[in-house]
Amino acid sequence: MDMNLKLKIWRQSGANDEGKMVDYSLADVSPDMSFLEMLDVLNEQILNEGGEPVAFDHDCREGICGMCSLYINGEAHGPDRGITTCQLHMRKFKDGDTIYIEPFRAKAFPVIKDLVVDRTAFDRIQHQGGFISVNTSGNTQDANSLPISKHAADEAMDAATCIGCGACVATCKNSSAMLFVGAKVSQYALLPQGQVEASDRVKNMVAQMDLEGFGNCTNTGACEVECPKGISLDNIARMNREFFKANI
Amino acid sequence: MSGVLSSSIGRKVAMAASAFFLMFFLLQHFAINLTSIFSADAFNELSHFMGTNPAVQFGLQPILIFGVVFHFVMGFVLEVKNKSARNIKYVKNNGAANSTWVSRNMIYSGLAILAFIVLHFIDFWFPEINHKYINVLPEDPTRYYGELVHKFQSPIRTGAYVAAFAFLALHLLHGFKSAFQSSGMSAKRAAKLETVSKIYAIGIPVGFIVIALFHHFNQH
Ligand code: HEM
Ligand code: SF4
Ligand code: FES
Repeated sequence: MDMNLKLKIWRQSGANDEGKMVDYSLADVSPDMSFLEMLDVLNEQILNEGGEPVAFDHDCREGICGMCSLYINGEAHGPDRGITTCQLHMRKFKDGDTIYIEPFRAKAFPVIKDLVVDRTAFDRIQHQGGFISVNTSGNTQDANSLPISKHAADEAMDAATCIGCGACVATCKNSSAMLFVGAKVSQYALLPQGQVEASDRVKNMVAQMDLEGFGNCTNTGACEVECPKGISLDNIARMNREFFKANI
Repeated sequence: MSGVLSSSIGRKVAMAASAFFLMFFLLQHFAINLTSIFSADAFNELSHFMGTNPAVQFGLQPILIFGVVFHFVMGFVLEVKNKSARNIKYVKNNGAANSTWVSRNMIYSGLAILAFIVLHFIDFWFPEINHKYINVLPEDPTRYYGELVHKFQSPIRTGAYVAAFAFLALHLLHGFKSAFQSSGMSAKRAAKLETVSKIYAIGIPVGFIVIALFHHFNQH
């Protein structure tokens, strides 16, 4: 059953424009479409009417790049769980629904245009320590020569699945980036390769996070619920422990 | 100190530390008040000790005042910082989809507690300070029970106390677990605290409410 939808979409022509919600009607939306395909159809309709299409981010459209964002009906990536917006299907909506579509909101994620926000704050945090230094001069050590427990490997892998989408920030009432930074710190804190730079990593990444203007964590747990990769709050607690260790 | 408090995680841990201190104090305060239901003598004796022991008066009392002030000032600082981290609000936001009301409204439950603390100071603390250090009235070690019962004569005051403790329960329903998590306890361990958290967060405020109502309805 195809659906007729009312869309309320944030339109903003550029970073310095005021921006406002604009209403659109879209007919014959297939429940098998993805949310982004629905927006593609809307843009075709807008173009046919001579308007400016809605700008939104996307790349892989299979849930691995983290580019697609969108705050849909009051939730990051919409009403479904454990998915990105490109994995959200229109069957989650009903004929006649009104759907609010807004950009991820945080002072540290300024709007570039319409629904596209600048998430390079995350890149700058990563530059402060989201890496390990490895000798690549030709006599690199075999990684398998370092024994790592299955448990630590699993937890590090879970932390490493963070795709840097920013849904945690968008969802948090404080626009806190602690789930993201917690995941990036944990990924290395759990492995022997990460120990050498552990102390500088957590101190520098947290300092950059604060500098970018993200808020503080109140442990509401909203980030964990909305994270497409199920990154656990444990990672924030681990970051706090790492930060503690690094400062005493 | 200022170095620690200049980082987000430092502030979070300091917030939790002050909260732990307040929760410990509350338990102690509750234990003493509870005796007033069973024995006027025991209540008088404990109150006299707390009110006149120099270690309590000049050691613990200033620490307590610092702890309370630190907690609510830091609460306001965090609230302002967190609000400013999202300069443009969502038109539609569905907070209930992913978090509890109590966790999103710590500042409001906190403000209600602060209003209560002001009332409580006017009711008990200022008269005490006046009695002991300003007008320096003679100390009667049996005066405390009567003063307590007299305060709960007024239905308005009793009602205000009951309402304040309801807000305290809301604050603690999120705060108890949150303080452990802020201090770095893993979510799995914190989840095991669920029952203890509920017992403390509901039990202590309900206990205080029972004490207030008991004295209100047992005027003599
Ligand atoms: C005096 C008025 C009070 C105010 C204005 C206040 C305010 C706040 C605020 C805003 C938070 C959230 C901090 C954050 O974002 O992480 C908080 C946390 C907390 N408060 Fe209060 N509060 C007050 C009194 C109390 C009292 C009397 C207690 C306990 C007896 C208490 C226990 C807690 C606990 C356990 C937390 C959680 C700490 C954490 O998340 O690490 N508060 N308070
Ligand atoms: S922690 Fe989750 S929500 Fe946050 S950036 Fe990583 S994948 Fe996205
Ligand atoms: S477009 Fe890559 S995750 Fe959605």
